[in-house]
Amino acid sequence: MRELTYLEAVREAMSQEMRQNEDVFILGEDIGVYGGAFGVTRGMIEEFGPERIRNTPISEAAISGTAVGAALTGMRPILELQFSDFMTIAMDNMVNQAAKIRYMYGGKGKVPMVLRTPAGSGTGAAAQHSQSLEAWMAHVPGLKVVQPSTAYDAKGLLKAAIDEDNPVIFYEHKLCYKTKSDVPEELYSIPLGQADIKRQGSDVTIVATAIMVHKSLEAATELEKEGISVEVIDPRTLVPLDTETIIKSVKKTSRLVVVHEAVKRGGFGGEIASVIAESEAFDYLDAPIKRLGGKAVPIPYNPELEKSAIPGVEDIIMAVKETLNRQ
Amino acid sequence: MTQSFTLPAHLKETDLSNLLKQMWQIRFFEEKVDEFFAKGMIHGTTHLAVGQEASAVGSIAVLEDRDKITSTHRGHGHCIAKGAEVNRMMAELFGRTTGYCKGKGGSMHIADVDKGNLGANGIVGGGFAIAAGAALTSQMKNEGYVVLCFFGDGASNEGSFHEALNLASIWKLPVVFICENNQYGMSGPAKEMMNIEDVAKRADAYGIPGTVVDGNDVFDVMNGVSEAVDRARNGEGPSIVEAKTYRWKGHSKSDAKKYRTREEEQEWRAKDPIARLRDVLIQAGLLTEDGAAEIKAAAKKEIEDSVEFSKQSPMPTIDDLMEDIYA
Repeated sequence: MRELTYLEAVREAMSQEMRQNEDVFILGEDIGVYGGAFGVTRGMIEEFGPERIRNTPISEAAISGTAVGAALTGMRPILELQFSDFMTIAMDNMVNQAAKIRYMYGGKGKVPMVLRTPAGSGTGAAAQHSQSLEAWMAHVPGLKVVQPSTAYDAKGLLKAAIDEDNPVIFYEHKLCYKTKSDVPEELYSIPLGQADIKRQGSDVTIVATAIMVHKSLEAATELEKEGISVEVIDPRTLVPLDTETIIKSVKKTSRLVVVHEAVKRGGFGGEIASVIAESEAFDYLDAPIKRLGGKAVPIPYNPELEKSAIPGVEDIIMAVKETLNRQ
Repeated sequence: MTQSFTLPAHLKETDLSNLLKQMWQIRFFEEKVDEFFAKGMIHGTTHLAVGQEASAVGSIAVLEDRDKITSTHRGHGHCIAKGAEVNRMMAELFGRTTGYCKGKGGSMHIADVDKGNLGANGIVGGGFAIAAGAALTSQMKNEGYVVLCFFGDGASNEGSFHEALNLASIWKLPVVFICENNQYGMSGPAKEMMNIEDVAKRADAYGIPGTVVDGNDVFDVMNGVSEAVDRARNGEGPSIVEAKTYRWKGHSKSDAKKYRTREEEQEWRAKDPIARLRDVLIQAGLLTEDGAAEIKAAAKKEIEDSVEFSKQSPMPTIDDLMEDIYA
């Protein structure tokens, strides 16, 4: 099978979907000849034209609302926000409109739209262009929240997100864009709400999201050298969350470490830890649940400070050992 | 008081009677709702459009069935004018399953998406971009419909106004922005909250037409809006039509109206849009006194019947709570 980068996989999912569904179009800032802030839509305006690769003014409030209105009337828009931090400007449309329209209207009307947006730190873009705010969106009933970590998952999950009749927030971690994996050429769908066991193991379960999946796999490889067998689970979608796979794994390993880049305080890791605490897996725990997340600080510019604001491979290794009382 | 009217030349007599009927329906609906709130028979909050009947009815009268609207928190009049069943509207305010939103939306979220009413909106300025999006669907799918976006003087100070109007104008979207300038955004007088007299003047900033009409003269509203609708339908883009009007009641149910004088209220009551239409139709020989009385009585009966319908309708059950969140 050929390899694609995560970025290419996202582009391919959109292009293939657009070839077969006239209702799908993309709108966003600089997505035309420029190709988008990260180059995801590069080449697409040449194939699909400016009607369907819609370059917009710098107006996140308008373009998010326009996507809602277009979705409500029969289109399937994909909205690209240049940075997930700009969600603050689009927030009203996603939280007060898109998420609630169907319920408020008593089950009439649907809002089939995908908001794709690059998230996370590691690019030196500092505090307003580096956040991981997915927990905000996961908190809102009516939205679905997707966070792929690999190229394969990105393509399949994006296809599923576009096919969804509900608003989906699709977070693309910037540092994942260049990662590669085997990606089938044909279009395929990965159902939302299915976690993936990225590595089988028996001693400790790590539940990690986005770039932390890669760091956790790296940590697992290191730990294996010391005879520690780590299972790495990527939920892939926060809403809906595949609690079953996580609970099953924790019952097997009796230890849980949760890792995400987002600030630990109020982060989604608390939700995953609570799912275990409230489940039958609680009785199987042999150690307290460990949560790793970003420090409660705006993401700084200096590369060393930036790195130290979020969990690294060493932190994950240490957390796993702590749950095993082996330090 | 006799005021001059410009009769739209193309109207038939039956249409004129229907205008009067709809205006009476709105008046009686709102008065009934006001009464029920005062008596504690329905809960939550509501925003009444008494005094503003002509801007809703006149604007929508020039639409075709396929055209769509977005409405505001003060939206009962728009719903009725767009052909909503008053039974289902009243039932919604009673929180019953027969209501437009099955009792889940209430006063601020009545919608009938299939009939082109894309919904009232509890967020001031929430409708601008949604209307633009619905208009984008019309343009992209070549559906030929026009979207009317109702908003108030207060909403024109929201950032979403600027973003959406700019977007609609550069894409020449088939949308008409109808400002119902009722002089106050809650307690804030328009003259204190903006440094211009006419919201319509803001159209200049977007390179689109902006016209002011007498919002209490249903024919003036129709003339102004029909020109803007024709322009939108012909692919020439959006316009602002500003209807100067006045809400007789307070902002919502708990408003002591300390921010305005009783004299000012009386001045506007003298410009009652319903009395003006009735008088001019009689003067023009298009309606008799008896005919006018019949229309009024019929409208009143429909509203009274809607109360009975609502009272006899079932309440939702706990089983309905978690339904309709996702499509």
